[in-house]
Amino acid sequence: MENLEPLTQEAKAAIAAANDAAVLEQLRVDYLGKKGHITGLLKSLAGLSAEDRPKAGALINVVKQELQDLIGERKKALEAVAVRAKLDQETLDVSLPGRGQSTGGIHPVTRTIERMEDFFSGIGFDVVEGPEIEDDYHNFEALNIPAHHPARAMHDTFYVNDHTVLRTHTSPVQVRVMESQEPPLRIICPGRVYRCDSDLTHSPMFHQVEGLLIDEHSSFADLKGLIEDFLRVFFERELAVRFRPSYFPFTEPSAEVDIQCVNCGGQGCRVCSSTGWIEVMGCGMVHPRVFEFSGIDTERYSGFAFGMGVERLAMLRYGVNDLRLFYDNDLRFLGQF
Amino acid sequence: MKISEQWLREWVSPALSTEELAHQVTMAGLEVDAIDDVSAVFTGVVVAEIVGTRPHPDADKLRICQVNIGTESLQVVCGAPNARVGLRAPLACINAELPGGIKIKRSKLRGVESQGMLCAAQELGLSTAADGLMELPTDAPLGSDLRQYLNLNDKIIELSITPNRADCLGMAGVAREVGLLNNLPVKEPDYASVDESIADTVTIDLAANEYCPRYVGRVIRGVDVSRPSPLWVQERLRRCGIRSIDAVVDVTNYILLELGQPMHAFDLDKVQGGIVVRTAHEDETIELLDGQTVTLRSDTLVIADHKRPLALAGIMGGKSSAVSGASKDILLEAAFFTPNLLAGKARSYGLHTDSSYRFERGVDFQLQIKAMERATRMLLDTVGGSAGPIQEVVSQQYLPERPDVILRSARIEKVLGFSLPTDEVERILLGLGLGVTETADGWICAIPSWRFDISIEVDLLEEVARVYGYNRLPVTQIRADLKINARPESALSLRHVRRHLSARGFREAITYSFIAPELQRLFDPTLSPVALKNPISAEMAVMRTSLLPGLVNAALYNVKRQQPRVRLFETGLRFLQSETELRQVPTLAMICTGERFDESWSNNAGGVDFFDLKGDLESLFALTRSSEDFGFEAQSHPALHPGQTAKITRKGQPAGIIGALHPSVGAALGIAAPLIVCEIALDVLLQGALPKFTELSKFPEIRRDLAVVVDKSVAAAQLMRDIRGVAGIYLTDLRLFDVYTGKGIDPKRKSLALGLTFRDQSRTLDDEVVNLAVGQVIDLLEKNYNAELRN
Repeated sequence: MENLEPLTQEAKAAIAAANDAAVLEQLRVDYLGKKGHITGLLKSLAGLSAEDRPKAGALINVVKQELQDLIGERKKALEAVAVRAKLDQETLDVSLPGRGQSTGGIHPVTRTIERMEDFFSGIGFDVVEGPEIEDDYHNFEALNIPAHHPARAMHDTFYVNDHTVLRTHTSPVQVRVMESQEPPLRIICPGRVYRCDSDLTHSPMFHQVEGLLIDEHSSFADLKGLIEDFLRVFFERELAVRFRPSYFPFTEPSAEVDIQCVNCGGQGCRVCSSTGWIEVMGCGMVHPRVFEFSGIDTERYSGFAFGMGVERLAMLRYGVNDLRLFYDNDLRFLGQF
Repeated sequence: MKISEQWLREWVSPALSTEELAHQVTMAGLEVDAIDDVSAVFTGVVVAEIVGTRPHPDADKLRICQVNIGTESLQVVCGAPNARVGLRAPLACINAELPGGIKIKRSKLRGVESQGMLCAAQELGLSTAADGLMELPTDAPLGSDLRQYLNLNDKIIELSITPNRADCLGMAGVAREVGLLNNLPVKEPDYASVDESIADTVTIDLAANEYCPRYVGRVIRGVDVSRPSPLWVQERLRRCGIRSIDAVVDVTNYILLELGQPMHAFDLDKVQGGIVVRTAHEDETIELLDGQTVTLRSDTLVIADHKRPLALAGIMGGKSSAVSGASKDILLEAAFFTPNLLAGKARSYGLHTDSSYRFERGVDFQLQIKAMERATRMLLDTVGGSAGPIQEVVSQQYLPERPDVILRSARIEKVLGFSLPTDEVERILLGLGLGVTETADGWICAIPSWRFDISIEVDLLEEVARVYGYNRLPVTQIRADLKINARPESALSLRHVRRHLSARGFREAITYSFIAPELQRLFDPTLSPVALKNPISAEMAVMRTSLLPGLVNAALYNVKRQQPRVRLFETGLRFLQSETELRQVPTLAMICTGERFDESWSNNAGGVDFFDLKGDLESLFALTRSSEDFGFEAQSHPALHPGQTAKITRKGQPAGIIGALHPSVGAALGIAAPLIVCEIALDVLLQGALPKFTELSKFPEIRRDLAVVVDKSVAAAQLMRDIRGVAGIYLTDLRLFDVYTGKGIDPKRKSLALGLTFRDQSRTLDDEVVNLAVGQVIDLLEKNYNAELRN
């Protein structure tokens, strides 16, 4: 018993000095194992008197418990160190870029068409598409543009043969809908259109979104309201809108719509040719002859139509300064949308 | 159309600035495209006369001119070839400022003092052509300021007139509009008739009166065409963009600008017999004023004499009968040609003239005598001569009809959305020159001869709205019944496909629908494409039968600009023509080339191959929830790699193609790296299925792996389909986790490693059941695929 105290001191020092789990386990075996020193002391209690035995036993058990706790603590401490060391090992440069496929994107023309579709479909317009190679009747005749009409010269048509053209606008889709459905109608027709014209500001292929509303009480005032709302929503700002009398064979009254220049705010700049205004679309009340072609009662129904160039609006919206960029498909351009 | 503001203000002059006036007419539908000064800005330029010239002692090309500016005589050195004694020309005096910031100083030219500079029209911004000193009339007052003398403080207003407003293709029509918009009377020039002083006439035979219901002619004898037009006429023509030719042509052009009535003058000596207005004989020829000879068709109207055609009616005069400096007697013509019979004719001969432009759109059919009187007056004042009587031949039945048009006030309210005050409506209608009779519910309007665009009620509605001002009309919000919009849940949307591809690194491209024929042939040699009759270039001559050529070009464009990897997709129509029909097929196409991933510290390097794009396609198929519908079968394609091309099928039906570009096609296009493309019909791709729930099994799965060696020609997909067929109902998953060729394997064979997973809904499977299934699979592989089991 006299060596309990030194043994305890020795064990405590050894536990404190143990630097890995194996050494610690060996210490546990050495002191607390079946043949360990502390266990040995407990066994030696048999040689003590009955009075001394409980006291000495209690003392030894206190030490045994103490050493067990110390070993446990030391073990946890060593594990914590090991975990920390492992985590240190695993530390990353979190500023490095991530792994995997980069994100692509949607063409600005599609992006713009989708925004237009969202606006109009949100208020009950259906989105309708149609053929791009179109017959003369749907592209011209049924829209009140007979052969040799001066307005045909404005269209610079691509011909496939005498009766077949590349559609010069998406209005023929409207004709097809009027032929096959009964009013009331609310549709927009997005898509590719073709004009035989190519220079800095004209592309032989471009995109239009045209709209048509027919019901029993639609008026020019409704048309103005809808167009103004659309333009303000599209550009996400309050802007002045004006309606200027113009001429299209398929609408009457007809108007061109100008907005206050989005580049200079109407002060006059290169984008608006110093006028402060930018022409963005054409519109008007559907011409009675167009209704007649499609068998719609002109006394009962009235309607309006509008059409806009998608590229033009995309250019204004995103500040694109060259029409041709839309068809070059340069990744440096596409990557900006 | 260009008009001079000064000229307009002689007719009607509202108290508005030029800009305000331009805005006003623009907002009434006569769009102003541009406002320009009639000359550049200059000061200190006066009328001078050259009174003496002598050679410069030290310069061959220069002359020393003595010039008189009324108050003094100055010495000016001049290099112009037309500097001659008696010429009156503009002189920029000392301290004058010329366009471009040039300031004239006292100077010496080659040692001789020059007290100013004699000017060419070009130097004053009055002309674009450099042809010597500007020659002024001999009565130009010496010393007077040139700007004042030429009335240069004027603006040119360029109007864009829409095709319906032929009535505004002349000063008279524009003035009528401006008068109406400002509530001002319009002051016309003097249209008093000119008394005939001789009785001479020609015979006029209207043989094609449907084409030409009115023909007005007049003989004028004894003219002196050597006399120039007055300066004011020349200046007005110049400001409207018309070059002065001679006094007779200038007058006809002046009338065109003033009244919108095209006129023509013939040299009477060249008219043989008399005038016949007839359609051309087939293959008849005429040499036109511009020097070209055209062969005529019988649908074309000509003004002829008894021998030959003299003019293409309403389009251009002929050379042989043209008025020249030597002409003594002339025949003036003012006619009305039926617009829709003239329409397209000029264009069909490759011509477009101020005259045809107006006749096609409609010239006032009551204007001819008025125009003739005005032209006669102006001609007699300039070139003298004696006028014969006006000869008019009319075919009343073919003149345009102008039925009355009824305007209902209720209709105004319905279409415009508000009711316009009655007196305002009447003011507008009257101001337009209409005859107006009020009725109980509106007005009956008589339509003037100059309006070809008013025949139904809505035409009047437009006029009322336009003149009242579109921007003064009310604005309302549309109202409609809410509509139920049923969208099938199973259908895949194009938007979803686009977003999905975008998330997988693809960028959307838009390429032209027309491509070069060679490129089309390269990809689809067996298809004959839709060809355009009038392509804009050879590169854009046929409609695409595939989206692939365009995408390949777009990829090449980027590769040539040092892009290391390109992933693009496009959606659009393919145009497939057969003998019986034309199909316009919505299609999706994709392309990838270059590195699989962006260059990065972590991404595996390596170029894309067939399976990259196939994986992208399969991820799209997964969106349909019907992946098992889709299949790939080896296929050949003229532009694709013979060993790396597959037909895409859905439920066995062909839906598209995927493959690597044929290396020789790539080489021809200038790209060496593999280029993987695919194309699939959108309506096939977009058919989806509704999600359908299956019970989740509570029991564990059992997996068995098999490695089998089979011939290289075996299609793994077929083999796997067959395995599914025999593996029994407990097979829940079958995957191919390795394909091996090389060491240890017969070079004609390959090893496939397959993982089979079994599971039952209601119990834990025992080995016996699984072994039975695997045994059936091995039997199948050995029998049908000559397979050896490895290990």
